[in-house]
Amino acid sequence: MAKSKQPKVNKGKRGNKVVKDGNLTWRDIEVGAIVTEPGSASYYQTGDWRSQRPVFDKNKCVKCGLCYIFCPEGCIVQEDDGYFTANLFYCKGCGICARECRPEAITMELEE
Amino acid sequence: MMAKIEGIEVSIAVANAVKLANVDVVSAYPITPQTHIVEHLAHLVADDELDAAYIPVESEHSALSACMGASAVGARSFTATAGQGLELMHEVLFATASMRLPIVMALVNRALSAPISIWGDHSDVMAARDTGWIQIFVENGQEAVDNILCAFRIAEDRRVLIPVMINLDGFHLSHVVEPIYMPEPDKLDGFIPPYKYPFPLDPDKPVTMGGLALPALYAETKKAQDVVLRESKKVIMECWEEFERRFNRRYSPVERYQSEGAKYLLLTMGSYSETAELAVDKMRKEGKNVGLLKLRLWRPFPFEEMRQAVKDAEAVIVLDRALSFGGPGGPVCSELKSAFYNMNKKIKVVGFVGGLGGRDITVEGFEDIINKGIEVSQKGSEQEFEMFGVRE
Repeated sequence: MAKSKQPKVNKGKRGNKVVKDGNLTWRDIEVGAIVTEPGSASYYQTGDWRSQRPVFDKNKCVKCGLCYIFCPEGCIVQEDDGYFTANLFYCKGCGICARECRPEAITMELEE
Repeated sequence: MMAKIEGIEVSIAVANAVKLANVDVVSAYPITPQTHIVEHLAHLVADDELDAAYIPVESEHSALSACMGASAVGARSFTATAGQGLELMHEVLFATASMRLPIVMALVNRALSAPISIWGDHSDVMAARDTGWIQIFVENGQEAVDNILCAFRIAEDRRVLIPVMINLDGFHLSHVVEPIYMPEPDKLDGFIPPYKYPFPLDPDKPVTMGGLALPALYAETKKAQDVVLRESKKVIMECWEEFERRFNRRYSPVERYQSEGAKYLLLTMGSYSETAELAVDKMRKEGKNVGLLKLRLWRPFPFEEMRQAVKDAEAVIVLDRALSFGGPGGPVCSELKSAFYNMNKKIKVVGFVGGLGGRDITVEGFEDIINKGIEVSQKGSEQEFEMFGVRE
């Protein structure tokens, strides 16, 4: 598959900034608690909800991108070498990527 | 030129006031307990007399939801409902208020099932008391028209952005013909500035409305909402002052009638206040030291004005037109008790619940309520409240 035809992958250009809700006062809340920045949900560190993490085996991965397509939270990212990995800051560990991965390159491992 | 006075059904007059406010979207569910308000608006839109979108929907839940969407894109939105219809909107009432969408609603107050009653009382609005809406009561058709116009200005004020409910009594107001001055459009000019929502839905500037708040943030959003609702009282009063300048009719949060120096004050809401006035007139003539308070602004509750209004009184006798089953009686009575509890001067509050399901209270009935109330305030009572006029 030519690289140009591969799914466009969010590389997370903004990076992850941790929004500490504990720092916001009621005066900081926008009218109607409206969120004015699209995609800002990714600032929530939901990764610490996780009990299992996806681990990617590059020896089995065929770079098909199914994990990227099926991830309901859009937290699979493609590295420069074409392999995929999960943004563990946001990944809640649902395991859908591991279930959908055809060559079984993703395994869910218990968090310590 | 004198303003034109016309004899008109109050529901139709309310619809005409909504037209005067130049509304963009009306959404409603057209079945009992709905009134002529939305029926007449449908006529006005169909006849090209009002340039607005009229969205007929499948339920009141959807009617208010459609208004939410319209308001969120920056359209001036109106709906009307009554009784059961309001209860079906219940979930959406909270969302509209907390998302700060300034919808205006005419609520025709009616009793709730079961048994079925399409007649008036305040059970519907009292069940929606804590939804975060601004809630205003009117006592006649003129007040309904005037306050519908004020409601748009108040709701859409940048300092407020809170939906407003105008409460008018079912049948006693909604279905009667009254003499009403329709405000002249030229005098109204600029009274309701164009509606500008700060973050309207716009594909070029996406926003998230009604998103998720985790436990670390939810309470802050609620505090912000409560503060704005409390502070809206200032804008509401500003609006009423401006209305008085233009139309010479005065509105205030707690209205006083013959209350100067009165030892015993009756407190009512809505259309029954006019009958209560006659009772107070009669008793005053007989030398009784009684007066009347009419609570117009129910949310935000006007604590300051209420304490000021009762400061020289010994007791306040409250007529509630809703019942808190198994609780302290009527919601207005409870509210007054809490408002007065920490005052240095002890003011007794005596509660009556009456006028349920459209039952009339006559002038003699109000005299009876006041006399009984005075007696209870002097002798005390083991009961939380009394249901007035119920056959034993």
